Amino acid sequence: MIRFYRALLRLYPAGFRHEYGGELCAIFEERLQHSPPAAAMTAAVADVVPNAIAVHWDILRQDLRYTARTLRRAPGFALAAILIVALGVGANTAAFSLADFVLLRPLPFPDADRLVQLWNARDDVQNEASPALFRDWKTMATSSFRGMGAFQPAAANLVGHGAPLRLPVARVTPELMPLIGVPARMGSLITPANSANGATAVLSHDLWVAQFGGDRGVVGQTVRLDGKAHTIIGVMPRGYHFPNRDIQMWTSMVLTGPDYQDRSDTYIQVVGRLAPGVAYERARAELATVAARIKKQHPEDDPDDGIRLHALRDSVGRRSRLLVLALCGASLCILLLACANLASLLLARGVSRARELSIRTALGAGRERIVRQWITESVTLAGIGGTLGVLLAWGGLPLLARLVPTALPVEEVPSLDWRMLGLAAAMIVVTGLLFGVVPALRSADDRRRRVRNALVVVEITGCVVLLISSGLLMQAILRIQALEPGFRAEGVTALRTALPLPKYETVAARERFYGRVLEDVRALPGVAGAAYTTGLPMARTGGIWGVETPGMNPREHNNGASLRYVTPGYFATLGIPLLRGRDVADGDTAQRPYVTVISESLAKRTWPGQDPLGRKFKIALAERTVVGVVGDVRVRGFEQTSEPQVYLPSGQVQDNSITGYLPQELVIRSTLPPEQWLPAVRRIIAAADPEQPVSDVRAVAEIVANQTASRRVQLRVLAILSAIALLIAGVGVHGLLSFAVLQRTKELGIRRALGAQAGGIMAMVLRDGLRLFAAGAALGVVAALLAGRGMTALLFGVPPTDPRTIAVAVAVCLATALMGCIRPALRAARVDPMVALREN
Amino acid sequence: MMSTSLPAATFHILVSLADGERHGYAIIQDVEARTDGELRLSPGTLYRSIQRMLEQGLIVESNRRPARALDDQRRRYYRITPSGISAARAEIRRLMELIRLARERGLSPEPA
Repeated sequence: MIRFYRALLRLYPAGFRHEYGGELCAIFEERLQHSPPAAAMTAAVADVVPNAIAVHWDILRQDLRYTARTLRRAPGFALAAILIVALGVGANTAAFSLADFVLLRPLPFPDADRLVQLWNARDDVQNEASPALFRDWKTMATSSFRGMGAFQPAAANLVGHGAPLRLPVARVTPELMPLIGVPARMGSLITPANSANGATAVLSHDLWVAQFGGDRGVVGQTVRLDGKAHTIIGVMPRGYHFPNRDIQMWTSMVLTGPDYQDRSDTYIQVVGRLAPGVAYERARAELATVAARIKKQHPEDDPDDGIRLHALRDSVGRRSRLLVLALCGASLCILLLACANLASLLLARGVSRARELSIRTALGAGRERIVRQWITESVTLAGIGGTLGVLLAWGGLPLLARLVPTALPVEEVPSLDWRMLGLAAAMIVVTGLLFGVVPALRSADDRRRRVRNALVVVEITGCVVLLISSGLLMQAILRIQALEPGFRAEGVTALRTALPLPKYETVAARERFYGRVLEDVRALPGVAGAAYTTGLPMARTGGIWGVETPGMNPREHNNGASLRYVTPGYFATLGIPLLRGRDVADGDTAQRPYVTVISESLAKRTWPGQDPLGRKFKIALAERTVVGVVGDVRVRGFEQTSEPQVYLPSGQVQDNSITGYLPQELVIRSTLPPEQWLPAVRRIIAAADPEQPVSDVRAVAEIVANQTASRRVQLRVLAILSAIALLIAGVGVHGLLSFAVLQRTKELGIRRALGAQAGGIMAMVLRDGLRLFAAGAALGVVAALLAGRGMTALLFGVPPTDPRTIAVAVAVCLATALMGCIRPALRAARVDPMVALREN
Repeated sequence: MMSTSLPAATFHILVSLADGERHGYAIIQDVEARTDGELRLSPGTLYRSIQRMLEQGLIVESNRRPARALDDQRRRYYRITPSGISAARAEIRRLMELIRLARERGLSPEPA
């Protein structure tokens, strides 16, 4: 009975319990003698619980008041601690929210973890599937999958609703939208039932609002897409993106007999939903047997091809993943630094606190009571700092939007969710508790100093790691930016006029349009060149065809070339050097022999050491004669290997074939800024065809700059984090040494009295600082090498051991450490022996 | 001017210590007896009040112990301080003032 009561008393703070526990027990015992035990017990619980809460609350109020008072007396300390926590918590909340958003959070679809993407894959290349392959997969792999659907990202001209508009659309097979499982906001999804007769379309929420004014009567209306009538059957909810956030509309893609003819015409992407309870491994095993069966049935298929499967969630590229993870690593580094610094600050304070502790214990305060007050203080500091940090993260997240890959079907700006707020709260509480307790640990001055030394070493280590990593990534960007794209982007503007079919299905109709537009554009003042092309380098990266020369094995994989149709003047406009022979010409029409201009690397690969002019090869369903050689262009961008290029004259596109390659990008080189002549160009296009939309106006230089955009954002963030780290480490070194000097005032005074020179004493303090720096730098370099190995894929060939980067990083850190040393060293040198000795 | 009111428990403890030193349990019994059982301080409330009153200097712990035979080592005795007395007086004045104000308006405990 009394034992129970004693346990109950544990609810009180220890001080109160020690003070009054005995008497409380005595009273309880007396009560027990006069009343039935059950009643005494109930009364005891009813008494202890509210009173214990009240006592705790009293103490908390007192401590908060006391905290406010002490922090007001030490505003520098309070500000430093709050800022450090804010930076640590802010950086981590932002980085982890981004990582969670990009890598972890389930996609916004029902049972999203069951959705997988299937690829027609070989070694490290994964390709789209042909309709025939899709049909085979769907009908053969039935035990692991509840269903499969396919889509093709495309673009279409929408005419008849405001100005003609070029829209990114996804053509989807009727199975796809029900498979993903998000219901329509209005109307219906594209389903097998409603797409059997006539083309249908579903609008995105944004398009519905922007182009149709949010009209509720839109369902059932007919729109013309590329001249073909589509019935709008539904509108998707806001925030629905598939397969990526660019797509504005979904149109039905009904595959029929002719679509299944060419097994190697791979252009659709396949999404599957795993049957309930089926593990990825089982699905992969089934797909392997399916691939084997297909190979047997179709020996003409590429024998190296297999089927690859991954979660739809994992469509994030390796590079995007690494970019995000590197940021997380850097933020953790900052948190570590912040914690080390906070501990160091509080340790230093702990020493002055030691006196406070002894005075207050002498005055009768319990030790536990004082520690509790300190914890209240540090948790308060952490709480203020952490709240500030979460606000920082919240404000900073939109800046990180560039790091959210467009390929993901999620919103652009990562959001903070309650899980991340929970994480932030946990960080705050842990930091607060830890650093309230650390200074209270009863430890000798010597040990305390060792701990602080270790903390400064940790700070320098973190600093060096961050600086080296940022330096390596900066080198990588510089390397990338130093690469020659193969064309001169400055002064070139591109705009798209995608000619709709069947209106422009004949080459004659198209050539009339191009001719009229180009002639008028070239006549504009300031225009130095204008031409049409299938696609811009670095923007259109695909379009690879096999080059077949007589006697070569077309199965060889390294015969691919990037194909484009161009009008005369394209090379001059983009500044691609013509090395041999001639440009395509107006005379290269369908009636004339088929010709081609190839890039230098194709000439070297196909006819090494020989003259390529006049040679013939087959590409894009016809044999062509080489009439010119131009410089190579990085069509796939800086970070991927590009195939050699093949250019064909726009006049020689066969009618009704390879329509995906029709020239659609108008490139214009001008000495004047685009806003001066763009309206004129729009008028020229409208005069040539009033129904023709103009879209995707952009500076070609911007396309080139975009190549490094996500890297630049990441580097900027890393640079900020490095600067913070430097600051924290500098403050840490300074704090530690100042404190050490203060503690050794007497010793320094004696040394001076015994004849030590001021210079010698300064050197001694500096030596102390530099020893710590050396230890931290050595550890930092090792850790940076490990980190560098982890992000090799981001380094673009810059070795993690790059001596220049390491040297610069260490030097910058050293400078900071020295700056932290100077003031304490000067103070040590200025110690007056008389004053120092008298003080004690 | 009217001073702020004392919590009831505090006032009763002060009153209970006005005529001599008492230990905790004795205070509880005294208050109970004086109020005819109207107010029974629970031990928790008592010691929470005592703790606060010690901090405020209204009472102090007494060193004097009763005769050894009657003493219980666990017991602590409390004595009222001069500032405890003035706090109690202020409270009495406040209460009387309240009563005076009410009476002036013709309000008394029994219906007239």
